[in-house]
Amino acid sequence: MDKILFVAQTECDGSLSKASLEALTAAKTLAEQLGAPLAVGLVGEAVQAAADSLAGCGAEAVYGVSGPDFAQPRYATDAAALAALFGATGAGIVIGAATPRMSRVLPGAAARVGGVSDTSVTALAASGGKPVVTRWYYRQRMYAELTRKERPWFVSVSSGCFAAYAGAAGSASVTAVSAEIPGGVRTQVTGMICPSAEEQTIRPDAALLFVAGAGWTKKQADGAAHAGEAEEIILSFLNKTQGSLGTSKSLVDLSGEGQQVLSFLSHMHQVGQTGSTPRHPKGLATCCHGEEPHVVGWRFIGERRAVNLDPNCGWAQGKADVLYVADAFEVMRKVLALLP
Amino acid sequence: MSAGYHIVVCGGIVPDPLQTLEPVQGPAGWGLKNELMLPAILDPWAGHALFEAANLAKNVPGSKVWLVSMGPKAKLQQVMMTIAQKVPFELVVLDGPASGFADAHETGAALAEAIAAIPGLDTSRLLVFGGWQSASRGAGATMQVIGEKLGIFEQFQGVDKLEILADGALRVLERVEGGSYQDSVVSGAPAVFGWATGELPEPPNNPQVGMQNMRLVMPALQKAKPVKLEKGPEYSGVQIPSQKRETRVVKDAPVDQIAKEIVDWLSA
Repeated sequence: MDKILFVAQTECDGSLSKASLEALTAAKTLAEQLGAPLAVGLVGEAVQAAADSLAGCGAEAVYGVSGPDFAQPRYATDAAALAALFGATGAGIVIGAATPRMSRVLPGAAARVGGVSDTSVTALAASGGKPVVTRWYYRQRMYAELTRKERPWFVSVSSGCFAAYAGAAGSASVTAVSAEIPGGVRTQVTGMICPSAEEQTIRPDAALLFVAGAGWTKKQADGAAHAGEAEEIILSFLNKTQGSLGTSKSLVDLSGEGQQVLSFLSHMHQVGQTGSTPRHPKGLATCCHGEEPHVVGWRFIGERRAVNLDPNCGWAQGKADVLYVADAFEVMRKVLALLP
Repeated sequence: MSAGYHIVVCGGIVPDPLQTLEPVQGPAGWGLKNELMLPAILDPWAGHALFEAANLAKNVPGSKVWLVSMGPKAKLQQVMMTIAQKVPFELVVLDGPASGFADAHETGAALAEAIAAIPGLDTSRLLVFGGWQSASRGAGATMQVIGEKLGIFEQFQGVDKLEILADGALRVLERVEGGSYQDSVVSGAPAVFGWATGELPEPPNNPQVGMQNMRLVMPALQKAKPVKLEKGPEYSGVQIPSQKRETRVVKDAPVDQIAKEIVDWLSA
């Protein structure tokens, strides 16, 4: 029988991220369905606090790789830690969250120990006594259900697909595991470059995704473009709602070509075929146009509404719950006036 | 780095994203309907990696760029007609599947083997570039596997900027949560970089570069090593999401009414 190992790296404060707690739910549920033992493997400068927070999760053992070398999110140390945790537990299936830190390292750790991996799975359950995962292909254009015979099988779970584990905390006994770092540590993380609170427009945990399309930069009824006003409206709306901003490829590309567009947009805002596919409970798309390749950007948005001037727009028809055929400038000005 | 870098870019081909994609199961497993008929492009993130590699090679004398690609030879030839016009590189071809349903670990192992076999490659100067995900499998796994197989344990994913520092160290910006970047410094080569968008626009076509590249592209295609991937997942099904929403279209409504409805919905 496969032992299931849940793995996570601790945050700066020693806690576990919401995405990791969601992955724990996935691992715990799969273990229960398969009747398999569950173990926990933690990586960080110190892991006791995180282990204590999971004390009630039903794991038969908790393992930890800790120390100053493992505080920084970098490949060399994180891969060594995951490989060591696998070695200590002999797990058949290793499950972690698809966070940037874990995604950087999980497939490589699987390769190091002779295993395989499937990343960013959106569902994970036992079927016919076998673990089966669901993941998306061709940039969210299609999805597959699959299983594997090969072991160890490393799996990362997309955020927003499982409820975060919220069991009781307690006192956990952590078995310390030492990790060999082949080649030593040649990378130093020197810092994080984060947008200031005023400039923060990408908020993965926001309740709302606001998608700004290229229409914001086009000539309006008076024959002129109003990019400056568009910026003001969009930023004010995001500040008031604390929403997250996404945009279509065309708008991002226009900004890369030096045209006067929306100054705060970067490729990191891009959603769709060549961008991200974020998960938020609600999405409001404005001035967006396009067909399937672009629309995949809000495939995983719960409730969707759109404002644009074309009632037949492929972005909205059949994709949105409500399409308001109206001028987005006028609508959003009024929305701003109504918002507290 | 006076001797320059040996930069190997791993880049697969994917169907043009504007095409309709439909999964079908054939004798060899899952693939796309009319896959060989679909126009193909170099994977977008691999393309960014290639352009960044060429720019780095241009700025560091003594550097050289290889493009290692696995795919059906005929499709690769078609894509190379376009890509070869952009930047100088030497092509290494693996004649194998380019399908998103092929296994990342097997693909990575095959690519690593091809890289290790490049004549004259100096691994102490090696930078392995590629896209941080593909537009087909989207696993974000192949580059890590290549690194592991080559014994390269300095790896970076979601890279948007790579800067050579005065002491030869490399400064790397990687995308992390919330629109932020992780800022790291690695002491030097060898290292693996899975690129996101990078900072460079697509270069214009350069006929001279195209002619220079094509002299080597055709021989590379002719001596392509056949690769057969035999393992991988057992797919129980592949589907296009069928969910179609019943869209309520609100036309000719006063702006005040629309705005109020949106605000009520946002606060619900």
